[in-house]
Amino acid sequence: MTSSLLFNVTTFAYLISMLLFFVFLASRIKTAGAAAMAVAYGGLFAQTIAIGLRWKESYDMGVGHAPLSNLYESVVFFSWTIVLIYALLDIKYKYRVIGAFVMPFALLGMAWAQLGLNTGIEPLVPALQSNWLLYHVITCFLGYAAFAVACGISIMYLIKAAHDEGGQKSGESSIMGMFPPIRVLDDLNYRAIMVGFPLLTLGIITGAAWANYAWGTYWSWDPKETWSLIVWFVYAAFLHARFTRGWVGKRAAWLSIIGFAATIFCYLGVNLFLSGLHSYGGGK
Amino acid sequence: MTTKQRSFLQSTWDLFCSLKLTMFVLISLALLSIIGTIIPQGTPPPEYLAQISPAKLKLYSSLGFFDMYHSWWFIMLLSLLTANLIACSIKRLPHIWKIITRPETVLNTSLEKSLSGVVSFGNQDEPGKIKERIAAILKADFADPVVTEADGSWYLFSQKTPWCRLSVYCVHLSVIIIFIGAIIGSLFGYKAYVNILEGERVSSVMSRSGKEIDLGFSVLCEQFSIAYYNTGAPREFKSILTVLENGKPVTDYEHVRVIVNDPLSYKGITFYQSSYGKAGNYHFTISDLDGKSATPLSVNSDSSVTLPDGSSMHVIEATEDISPYAQGLTGPAAQVELHSPNGASEQFVVYANHPELNIQHARQHKGGPVIHYKGAELRMYTGLQVAKDPGVWVVWVGCFLMVIGVYAAFFMSHRRIWVRIQNGTVTVGGNASKNQASFLLYLDGLVDKIKTNLNKEKE
Ligand code: HEM
Repeated sequence: MTSSLLFNVTTFAYLISMLLFFVFLASRIKTAGAAAMAVAYGGLFAQTIAIGLRWKESYDMGVGHAPLSNLYESVVFFSWTIVLIYALLDIKYKYRVIGAFVMPFALLGMAWAQLGLNTGIEPLVPALQSNWLLYHVITCFLGYAAFAVACGISIMYLIKAAHDEGGQKSGESSIMGMFPPIRVLDDLNYRAIMVGFPLLTLGIITGAAWANYAWGTYWSWDPKETWSLIVWFVYAAFLHARFTRGWVGKRAAWLSIIGFAATIFCYLGVNLFLSGLHSYGGGK
Repeated sequence: MTTKQRSFLQSTWDLFCSLKLTMFVLISLALLSIIGTIIPQGTPPPEYLAQISPAKLKLYSSLGFFDMYHSWWFIMLLSLLTANLIACSIKRLPHIWKIITRPETVLNTSLEKSLSGVVSFGNQDEPGKIKERIAAILKADFADPVVTEADGSWYLFSQKTPWCRLSVYCVHLSVIIIFIGAIIGSLFGYKAYVNILEGERVSSVMSRSGKEIDLGFSVLCEQFSIAYYNTGAPREFKSILTVLENGKPVTDYEHVRVIVNDPLSYKGITFYQSSYGKAGNYHFTISDLDGKSATPLSVNSDSSVTLPDGSSMHVIEATEDISPYAQGLTGPAAQVELHSPNGASEQFVVYANHPELNIQHARQHKGGPVIHYKGAELRMYTGLQVAKDPGVWVVWVGCFLMVIGVYAAFFMSHRRIWVRIQNGTVTVGGNASKNQASFLLYLDGLVDKIKTNLNKEKE
């Protein structure tokens, strides 16, 4: 058994799980929901083992390090954390439909990683040889995953709110009947961000501590750092929106979606789009 | 003060206390911060300057876009956030403080109306006895109650973790503490760098703004080395450093290993492994086209020399063996750059083992001097970042308070329970500052327990 085989199994499981969630959403058959969740758990289990195996394989190769060192490994880890956070939410609140809006994120991550990214295990460059890497990456990605879940819930919120405003009562027969009431979605959104915000805060702080330890500056306004701060500002605004007249409800849901968009930009966009500009500085 | 003035002051104060301003500032900070991630910060590189128009350049510079995180308007937004934070706290803290230190212990009608979970049931027992029972249950199950008697009625009040209401203020305070730490660092600290040749010592470093800073001690680089993975990728950059006071090694600071991610700190000044290179003297001979009147010439790696014809020359890089880079050639070679007095400049390679190529090059260039490379005496140097930041501990204290505060703000709750025993009716009410729904479930369970207990007593 190799990790790469298990990662393929994981991707497949997330695909099946997502499709089952869609069937559940459309047909309201309870078994479909249960099956979707079971497959998601199976995928999560396979992925956990696979990550562990990859870790071991890196030691067998003599370049041992936690599997969090390049884009492929981080995307895989991100997708793992999304399913993990969703599973915790399911255990606690049992709103199964949310899976239809969260599993696509996990699947997208795994599919992109498996099909589009370089999967090789590489030795660590000196700059990454630190335990801070572990603390920093784990906290950041758990935070990102909570934001992904919040984003899925916010999309549901906006769909449901638009539908409710449309005047049709959430009839038993429509798909909307499957959605939790907007009040509940609003609360779940807040709860997901309540998990994500402290983790992001910790992620930024561990990053700053590491930068200070390795380079003597805890903050240098490089694009990645700045974007993480932008994300943090957006979610800080979200947290205060609930106490501010005129900002409750839809606007808060939009803030959560914008926050996740900024998160993704911070994670991928900075490297893809801003590196061109940033590399001006690389000439010296 | 006129009423007009007062109402102006009042509305200014209200503005600074308002959360609408907070939303505005946070979102502005998020949006404006984007600018500095798109426009390069610091001295703009020539490639960037070449692609924007002079008008744009002027506009950007006057708006401070090239150092936007230190521009007046960015600092002003941060100050606005701080003022907002302080005003808001001043306004709200007294109320919160009162809730914590002087809780309402008597469940009256107006308080009852404000609670979402209130349950009443009848019980004809003697009120004093009911009170004892409920007090015992509250103590065992929740928290020791405060008991008050008034007009023949009994009032009980219990609460848990009232201080967690302060956690939000802890978060807000932490933001200000981090700002203070950053200000201390920028006023009393510096960032600098220094290159030290193997075997040499330095006692001053160059700050980023180009100022020379005296360390008050010196640092000796004993050795610099690089280790590689099998793949040829670098695995470790390592300097061995010794700190010297008055020329004598300091105990515990001798032969210290400094690698990336493992710096050396001495007297609040920290040295970080950051780069490396080779420095020393390159040796050449300069001759006529026919090889006559050869004169030796040495160039230091970080300076240039003037040739007999008035042009200046410096070395860009050199190698001990050219064969991997140029087929059929061997031996040492150096890439040099020449600036003629007329402003022209060119780069080319000169060789040690191939004088004919050097002559050929000179021929092609109007018969200038022929330059022969003779090799170099080079030593490794280590490039160190040097930082002093006396504010960094303040920043970490702020971060610590922020993490604790955020945790407490989200996951702890001030829970209160009131009980009133009056005219044969027992009324139980409760409130939680966080996660009200699950607290109400708990309260329902508690009321059931009280009922069961009181009924048991009757039998
Ligand atoms: C970067 C800056 C800020 C951060 C990180 C921050 C963080 C927080 C956090 C984590 C909460 C708890 C939210 C919750 O319980 O859901 C909170 C609440 C609050 N914040 Fe801030 N905040 C910031 C700026 C401000 C500013 C400038 C104000 C000024 C008015 C403010 C006023 C409040 C108020 C009134 C509350 C609600 C307190 C309550 O529960 O009654 N915050 N803040």
